[in-house]
Amino acid sequence: MGAVLNQNTLESEAVYIFREVVAQFENPVLLFSGGKDSITLVRLAQKAFFPAKIPFPLLHIDTGHNFPETIEFRDKLVEELGLKLIVRHVQDDIDSGKAIEESGKYSSRNSLQTNTLLDAIEEFKFDACIGGARRDEEKARAKERIFSVRNDFGEWDEKNQRPEVFDMLNGRIEIGQNVRVFPISNWTELDVWSYIATENIEIPSIYYAHDREIFERDGLLWSASEYVYREEHEIPVKKRVRFRTVGDMTCTAAVESDADSIDKIVQEIRESAISERGARIDDKRSEAAMETRKQQGYF
Amino acid sequence: MEVLKIATAGSVDDGKSTLIGRLLYDTRSLTSDKLESIEASSRKKGLDYLDFSLATDGLVAEREQGITIDVAHIYFSTPKKSYIIADTPGHVEYTRNMVTGASTSQASIILIDARKGVIEQTYRHFFINNLLRVKEVIVAVNKMDLVNYSENVFNEIVAEFQELRSKSDFKGQNITFIPVSALWGENIAEKSSAMSWYEGDTVLEHLEALKAEDFEEESQARFAVQTVIRPKTDEYHDYRGYAGKISGSSLKVGDEVTALPSLTTSTIKDIQFFDESFEEAPAGSSVTISLADDINVARGDMLVKSGEVPQQTKLLEATVCWMDNKALLPGNKYLLQHNTNGILAKIDRIEGHVETNFGGVTKADSLKLNEIGKVSIKLSKPVFADNFEENKANGRFILIDPQTNTTAGVGFIS
Repeated sequence: MGAVLNQNTLESEAVYIFREVVAQFENPVLLFSGGKDSITLVRLAQKAFFPAKIPFPLLHIDTGHNFPETIEFRDKLVEELGLKLIVRHVQDDIDSGKAIEESGKYSSRNSLQTNTLLDAIEEFKFDACIGGARRDEEKARAKERIFSVRNDFGEWDEKNQRPEVFDMLNGRIEIGQNVRVFPISNWTELDVWSYIATENIEIPSIYYAHDREIFERDGLLWSASEYVYREEHEIPVKKRVRFRTVGDMTCTAAVESDADSIDKIVQEIRESAISERGARIDDKRSEAAMETRKQQGYF
Repeated sequence: MEVLKIATAGSVDDGKSTLIGRLLYDTRSLTSDKLESIEASSRKKGLDYLDFSLATDGLVAEREQGITIDVAHIYFSTPKKSYIIADTPGHVEYTRNMVTGASTSQASIILIDARKGVIEQTYRHFFINNLLRVKEVIVAVNKMDLVNYSENVFNEIVAEFQELRSKSDFKGQNITFIPVSALWGENIAEKSSAMSWYEGDTVLEHLEALKAEDFEEESQARFAVQTVIRPKTDEYHDYRGYAGKISGSSLKVGDEVTALPSLTTSTIKDIQFFDESFEEAPAGSSVTISLADDINVARGDMLVKSGEVPQQTKLLEATVCWMDNKALLPGNKYLLQHNTNGILAKIDRIEGHVETNFGGVTKADSLKLNEIGKVSIKLSKPVFADNFEENKANGRFILIDPQTNTTAGVGFIS
């Protein structure tokens, strides 16, 4: 008591968005991947509704190829916060013949997730799906609205989006449509990491530097795992790595790093951008610049 | 970290993309991939400089594909601040995009080509900034390298713009004029040696120096309730908190408040955010407020300080910017969203078009896409509204088409 609140603009905006979702929709859900962005969403949702519990469930579309650390983390978080978790498995769709597994060197279940997600939306009749996408991630995402309407096939009509003026969010939809909601639209990667650092948010261990069996392909560091196809000459070696983003083992590459604390991670991300430019001027590349490029290859 | 949201306005070929590209480059926000492709494309075009307009080439691609261009968001940061640029490159749908971009921005950069001076487009850019009450405007007089860095040319443009300014009714606006060459990075992040006659800040210096207080509105506090928080747990058995975002000015514990529309009064008992309580929270904070008395407050209701109750009305006079293909006509019905309150509304009368060249109002009987007009709107139930000039958050609304559910227009109450 006694203090004047000094709230981060981005946090205030995200909390406002969460509250609009709960007020405007009947059946929202938070799409949870176990990655840093969705973990940040959970913290923001907690703040938005405290002292009440988060008033919607989490939905995890499990490809079956997750890092085990992510699943452990997910279950712990759900337990601690008393959340409701719904898991739908891509494997079930493969078993029932609804989805066909990709094969070969680059096979991944990443694209199969979409069908499983759309089925889950239909099964539970979710009208708002909250996700951790950010506009700085990618060109198409730069044009996303905060409330982004999807038709009953889950499609995004990017040419015909509703204008979003001021902070006024229009969540009116027809039956069968749903809205994708992006509360951290305006956050950058650095904003997310800085927030995790200031808020002391727990994240899965694979984000921190650790020793891992990896092999190199196309300039990327792949995890050696039973889920990842490996050719004979692709021999795993042990390296000190961490993950900058966390998705499936089949589509998430590691980066070489010694950052074993959140402060070091924030530092690393800050510096990787700066050294890039230095690299341009000297017309030679630093290790960190290369690292960033690899990261972008991943994206 | 502090966040500053900026909108940019400029016509085709005035170097807006180059300016944004320059800001990204000079703040080391361009990734190596992007830089490489800028270098390669610049070489291919036979240029002896880097073409920074390519930094926003996502939009160029869109243009080639003929996709409707709307607001794109560009992010960069300095050790001091995070910046978000709402880039509004549309040509056809210019007004709609500019209004959208400027609506979320605290500051605005208007570009003028030094060779052309103040043109018709400049009028429109400035007009929209006034309509939206954007407090900080930077007028960047670009392409100074093409007018021999002439101080006279710059001064003439400043004088022309000052004349335009005299037509504006927004006296609280800060306008800063900066002579720049976005292409050569002069007065963007680094001072130009070719323009030693200019002693002011560079664009980036000016942005860095802006403080949150510079954007504070001097208006009354409004607290539109988004949702009511009732945990219904043993620990918080009787807890009832009103979740919302404070606008106008700060609220304090102990403030006597009136709930609208019921006009019941109470006192603020607690202002919470997450697991902490605060004595005071400034405008812009998303908080949860508890009252001393158990009164009936729900979403759509508003808390204000007693003695600062806004006017109650069933007829709104407003300036409306139209954003839908289907024209606004007298007699049309819409859902009007004012704060968190949804009300049925009917267009009573269109007074006329507002000319974006400060030319006043001309008679009209409809409002088409990208047109701005003076409109009176009848409401099915009264609202407690402010003039937009006096209170931004409580002085605006959107009109939703009940058939398509789209956001068809935005209004500024006068």
